[in-house]
Amino acid sequence: MNQTLAAGKSFGTATTGKLAMWLFLVMDALTFITILIGGIALRNAAPSWPQADVILNVPLTAFNTFLLICTSFTMVMALNGVQRNDQKSLVKYLGLTILGGVVFLGIQVYEYYHFIAGNESLGAALSASGFSGDKFLPSTGMYGAVFYTTTSFHGLHVLSGVIYLFVIFLQAKNGIYGSDNFDRVEIAGLFWHFVDLIWILVFTIIYLL
Amino acid sequence: MSEHQSVWRKYIFSLDHKMIGKQYLFLGIFFLLFGGFQALLIRWQLAYPEQPVPWWLLGFLFKGSGGIIDPDMYNQLFTMHGTIMIFWAITPILIGAFGNYVIPLQIGARDMAFPTLNMLSFWTMFLASIVLLASYFLPDGTAAGGWTSYPPLSLEEGGIPGHGQTYWTLALTLAGTSTMMGAINYVITVIRMRAPGMTYFKMPLSVWGLWLTSILNAIFVPVIAAGLIMLLLDRLLGTQFFLAGRLAAGGGGDPLLYQHVFWIFGHPEVYILILPVWGIVSELLSVFSRKPAFGYKVTAICMCTIVVLSSIVWGHHMYTTGMSPLLGKSFMFLTLLISIPSSIFFFNWLLTLWKGSLHFKTPMLYTMAVIWVFAIGGLTGLYNATVTADIYLHDTMFVVGHFHYTMAASVLFGGYAAISYWYPKMFGRMMNPLMNRIHFWGTFISLNLVFFNMMVLGYAGHHRRIYNPAEYDFIKPLMGLNEFITYAAIVLGAFQFIYLFNFTWSMFKGPIAEKNPWKSNTLEWTVDYPVPHGNFAEIPQVYNGPNEYSNPKVKGQDWVPQSVQIESAG
Ligand code: HEM
Ligand SMILES: [Cu+2]
Repeated sequence: MNQTLAAGKSFGTATTGKLAMWLFLVMDALTFITILIGGIALRNAAPSWPQADVILNVPLTAFNTFLLICTSFTMVMALNGVQRNDQKSLVKYLGLTILGGVVFLGIQVYEYYHFIAGNESLGAALSASGFSGDKFLPSTGMYGAVFYTTTSFHGLHVLSGVIYLFVIFLQAKNGIYGSDNFDRVEIAGLFWHFVDLIWILVFTIIYLL
Repeated sequence: MSEHQSVWRKYIFSLDHKMIGKQYLFLGIFFLLFGGFQALLIRWQLAYPEQPVPWWLLGFLFKGSGGIIDPDMYNQLFTMHGTIMIFWAITPILIGAFGNYVIPLQIGARDMAFPTLNMLSFWTMFLASIVLLASYFLPDGTAAGGWTSYPPLSLEEGGIPGHGQTYWTLALTLAGTSTMMGAINYVITVIRMRAPGMTYFKMPLSVWGLWLTSILNAIFVPVIAAGLIMLLLDRLLGTQFFLAGRLAAGGGGDPLLYQHVFWIFGHPEVYILILPVWGIVSELLSVFSRKPAFGYKVTAICMCTIVVLSSIVWGHHMYTTGMSPLLGKSFMFLTLLISIPSSIFFFNWLLTLWKGSLHFKTPMLYTMAVIWVFAIGGLTGLYNATVTADIYLHDTMFVVGHFHYTMAASVLFGGYAAISYWYPKMFGRMMNPLMNRIHFWGTFISLNLVFFNMMVLGYAGHHRRIYNPAEYDFIKPLMGLNEFITYAAIVLGAFQFIYLFNFTWSMFKGPIAEKNPWKSNTLEWTVDYPVPHGNFAEIPQVYNGPNEYSNPKVKGQDWVPQSVQIESAG
């Protein structure tokens, strides 16, 4: 339905869809912040907290972080492409972004699998941190609870982002976007950058501190 | 717009904000009856502990226990009563139904900014309702940890047995998702879809209230979503966020964290429920006093101030959790601060009435009732906000009386006012005024008898959420009052059927409504019933504020639509 333009020009020239995405991101950020602050509060209250690199595979995840930052870059390139009406570059960079997201998820699943299947060296790391058993599970103390809740909630966002971008990708392949019509690409990009930004917080808090 | 939409598109998966609003209305009314019925069962047990429930309160439902409500059942009843009333009755009626119906029409928009999201929001709520209702069929019954669902009561270990709490958490997460979808839609619609000339300070106060409510929803529902996710994980995956002490193997979490997260959301939630009512009351008082809302801008700004303050006072629900006295006092100070903007717009209401030419049409009666019940609710809130008084009053029936005055009575009367006022536009017919009047007086009197006496009970020390009050020696002398409240509550319940009957009957048999039966200025009254999908043939140009009643420049009538220039009117 086409609405003749409203009285309010509040928030400048942003399209209605973009405004809604910004609002959604603020809301989503609040959920994340609650989880993160809750985790930090519980950690501060805990009598002991394992060193990050004892149980977790920090180098592997550092690579994952690097990968996700790269996809933010390719997303910018995709938007840049469509703004220049360069269909090929739009499709290519969207594809690369999706690929990066899929690899990120793959590595996360691998990491989870490794923790949940358990093995001796993991068991040794766990007992060094004061946990029993050779599996690292959500029920492994507050540490496991915070780790799994935070990273899986973020992982779900990456998954949604990949699906979202895939839809945009299919539409782009059909050539519906161009230099006069790229709002939806931009909006999807906003979501993707947000997921990236949140990951940097998650990585810092869970894997580095 | 094609005229030949399929039945599915038109009535079920409708994209039209007006139809979605009606869907919410029917959902809310269904749950209001259901929750009200549970309230009567609670009242029965409090007046006649462990005596069989009579047939006219459907005693056969408790056949298993010889017609008696057993302790587990009692806990389930007050838990589900509170949950349903707040999230499944009041929220759908005021925000779902009137947010949807009123916002686009009053700001001169063709629809919500995102019609598909709007439809999804309703059907997510529907799904949430199914999950909630399904929990009644579980072998151990529904959730039973109170509408607040504090851990450890709400946990698997050390909590109440059964899966009811899991269903509750899931249903609330879904309902929250639906609310968030709605919030995005309402907030953006008001920002972007206002008709030309409809500046923020020309918006009707109803829209102000609904808009501010949606902003609060957008900010705070995501917070409780995080809490619910953690609660769900505690129950399903064995995390221990909220489990502490002996039961928590290996570390353990903190049940107080849940309380903080819950009330960071929970306190704004009570404003979420009341803000639409404040807006609607402010507007209807002006319509039925035939004069501009006194201090229109001040009222709007006060509501904004309250929105901000409401987010930093949650600690007043936790005075008895052993918080530091300094923190307690800070929360007390901030909470008492809210009474300043509240009193200002309250006096604006009274001054709107002052020297107005009052028309006691039925929506006006309900509106005036809000003034009364909100005054009592608001004033008793000061007792609860004061640390020293609250340490005694906390968890007594005094609190229950207080929050029913604000949350239940004000919102209920606000809802009745809204339904009666917009009924002609929604259904094209007028409600029967006589039936409404009978319903009004019956409800007004019995409701005050119920809730005021609850405060009396609480003041005398009667705790809330207790199964059998007669077991306590100091409550025994109060049992007569308990019986009295129960009878008043039954009368209250009975009167609601008059409204229900009127609501249904008038839809088919009521007199056909004129286009603008209340002689109001706002834009929804400039379109004919049935309002087509798309609302306006041409988007109106707005010239005046929403309540230019009795403007001396307008000749021959005491009202002027917002879309008519005053110089040329009359
Ligand atoms: C029909 C009139 C109503 C009656 C007679 C009634 C009665 C009651 C009673 C007896 C309790 C239990 C108090 C206790 O032992 O703690 C209660 C709790 C409650 N009611 Fe109502 N109620 C009514 C309407 C409403 C409405 C419309 C709302 C909507 C906001 C509402 C919200 C609540 C809440 C939130 C609780 C607390 C539940 C809990 O303890 O977890 N009630 N009500
Ligand atoms: Cu509060």
